Amino acid sequence: MRNTKNTARGRSLSFLFQLGGLVLALLFITIILLVVGANPLEVFSNIWQGAFGSTNRVANILVVWVPLALVTCGLLVTFTTGLWNIGIEGQITIGAIFSTGILRLFLDSTVSPVLVILLAVIAGIVGGALWAVLVGLLKTYGGVNEIFGGLGLNFIATALNIGLIFGAWSREGVASMSGTEPFPESFWLPTAGSYNFSWISIAISALGLIIVFFLLTGTHFGLRLKAVGKGMKSAHRLGIPPKKHMLLAFIICGSFAGLTGALQVVAVYHRLIPSISSGYGFLGLMVAMLINYKAIWVAPIAFFFAALNIGGIQLPIILKLDSTLTGVLQGSLVLFILLMQGVKQRVLGKS
Amino acid sequence: MTGDMILLGLAGVIEAGAPIIIAAIGETLTERAGLINLSLNGTIILSGMVGFWAALTTDSIILGFLAGMLVGALVAAIVAFSSITLKQSQVAVGFVLAVTCKDLAYFLGNPIMGAQAPILYATPIPFLSEIPIVGALFFQQSIMTYLSILLIFLSWFWVSKTRPGLKLRGVGEKPAAAFNRGTNVVGLRYLYTILGGALVGAAGPFYTLSVKAGWKGTITGLDGIGWIVLALTIFGGWEPIRVAFGAYLFAFLQWLGLVLQSTLTFIPSQVLQVAPFPLMILALLFVNLGNTEWVERFLATLPEKLRVRIKKLIRVTRSQPPGALGVPFERE
Repeated sequence: MRNTKNTARGRSLSFLFQLGGLVLALLFITIILLVVGANPLEVFSNIWQGAFGSTNRVANILVVWVPLALVTCGLLVTFTTGLWNIGIEGQITIGAIFSTGILRLFLDSTVSPVLVILLAVIAGIVGGALWAVLVGLLKTYGGVNEIFGGLGLNFIATALNIGLIFGAWSREGVASMSGTEPFPESFWLPTAGSYNFSWISIAISALGLIIVFFLLTGTHFGLRLKAVGKGMKSAHRLGIPPKKHMLLAFIICGSFAGLTGALQVVAVYHRLIPSISSGYGFLGLMVAMLINYKAIWVAPIAFFFAALNIGGIQLPIILKLDSTLTGVLQGSLVLFILLMQGVKQRVLGKS
Repeated sequence: MTGDMILLGLAGVIEAGAPIIIAAIGETLTERAGLINLSLNGTIILSGMVGFWAALTTDSIILGFLAGMLVGALVAAIVAFSSITLKQSQVAVGFVLAVTCKDLAYFLGNPIMGAQAPILYATPIPFLSEIPIVGALFFQQSIMTYLSILLIFLSWFWVSKTRPGLKLRGVGEKPAAAFNRGTNVVGLRYLYTILGGALVGAAGPFYTLSVKAGWKGTITGLDGIGWIVLALTIFGGWEPIRVAFGAYLFAFLQWLGLVLQSTLTFIPSQVLQVAPFPLMILALLFVNLGNTEWVERFLATLPEKLRVRIKKLIRVTRSQPPGALGVPFERE
């Protein structure tokens, strides 16, 4: 009885500290806005309007929510295993490249478009997983920290992508930053009526959430990943081969990233563009940190961050403010919540 | 290509390597004390913007550099406070700062895009600059480039030849033992993290006021440099002279990429521009392989003589991190 009371109290205290982090982040943003001479209230209401002002905008939030939720799902698997998969941006990009390659291959064929899209998505998953396992191999057998292996591979993936858009896959006559020739509509995932999002993407994302939630909280495999994440030596003593599990974690995360890249091609852009990952990989890392790596929170917090992204689009047009403000807001939120977590542990002791 | 052009190009390599050296030595000092400041990519962009803004409004290059250093020190102080005092993950806080400082720089720097701030030009040193070849390479540079070369030897001397340097190494290698000898572990970690951050913060204005003069928002060309600096710190094995060698090597490869681009036109320019990155991965692989288990196991199967020779070679090339790098210090 006493125990439950304590944890309930602990939980509400935790919530108070998180609220404190939120307040500090808002305060920080307010100061920044005052420095540049903007009216903070006007800015916040503008972001709110930009995100929820019309059903169309809410639909656009869902367009961002799908990739963000998917990459965060994948990242929870690597984080659980104690790995920093900063290479996720490159894995998204390679996934998009692989699926574009398949779509191009079947451009003039008579194969059913449904089958082609399916193949393209599978190719995306394979591509992302391959790029991720490369980071994993560099880490486990090459001694190269996954942060640096991943970063290097991100740069290479971006170069490969731009090289293809301006080189082998360039548009007839005009190679440009707008990307490759758009695919015919038969290769598009159907959207929900006149809105930009696709129910199929939403369903895939929801499925991903469920899979990762059960994988991490309800399976023996999830427990083993956790053991590896807690420390290589103790995992080894328990008879769990750490290297194998690290590589598996990279493959799972890379698959999610590659799937994300494929969906961006078949459901959102319908072509390959230079910034195909849209920075969702790094944003997913932030979401994962903010939710303290708990799978149950992926969907709502990814939605919140997606809403901020959409809400910020209007800022340059209406208030003449750069839309990178959204990034500052998201970043300071994560930073202050991390700091408040530390303050809480210092004030209340470890537990 | 004429000899003069090559000489000019190599002098450019010394210049391009200079800000990387200053930042990488800053990070080396930080990591030698046992902390990782992962925020570098954001810190360099933000300090570059703020330094540019400060020089623009005060018309003083010196104030521009000081402002950049202040930004670097402040960001490093956040990393130090959150990891030393609040015991949060250094990697997490550093990564968030790397991303957030970058966005903050673009947001705050939006109004001053394309403005004209004072530029730090080269100051040839009398007599020395007239020495053939060497003069053109080393003595027709900007003051900051001279300082960067000075910093290489100064930091090497400080870390490996002085008593405070010995203490620094102790704090990063075996903090518990250093603490027992009466060293203020927490204080020194704060000091070197903030000092290292200030050096990193000098690299930003070095770019925006000199090497890549100007602030042009997202196309200023500073994105990515911080990550390179972090990799070079490892490649350099946390030794200032080797770190500087890595920085020059990187600058040289980038120059080579530019040169080859004009001659080997069949290779898309994007490929050559990123050529340093796969090379960076290979270099990290090269210096780290000696630390891996399977290489050790493989070596054990080799005949005695060959094994000893290879081990000697590995000892020269490999990088070994400070013993307590990234490990929080707990007083027992």
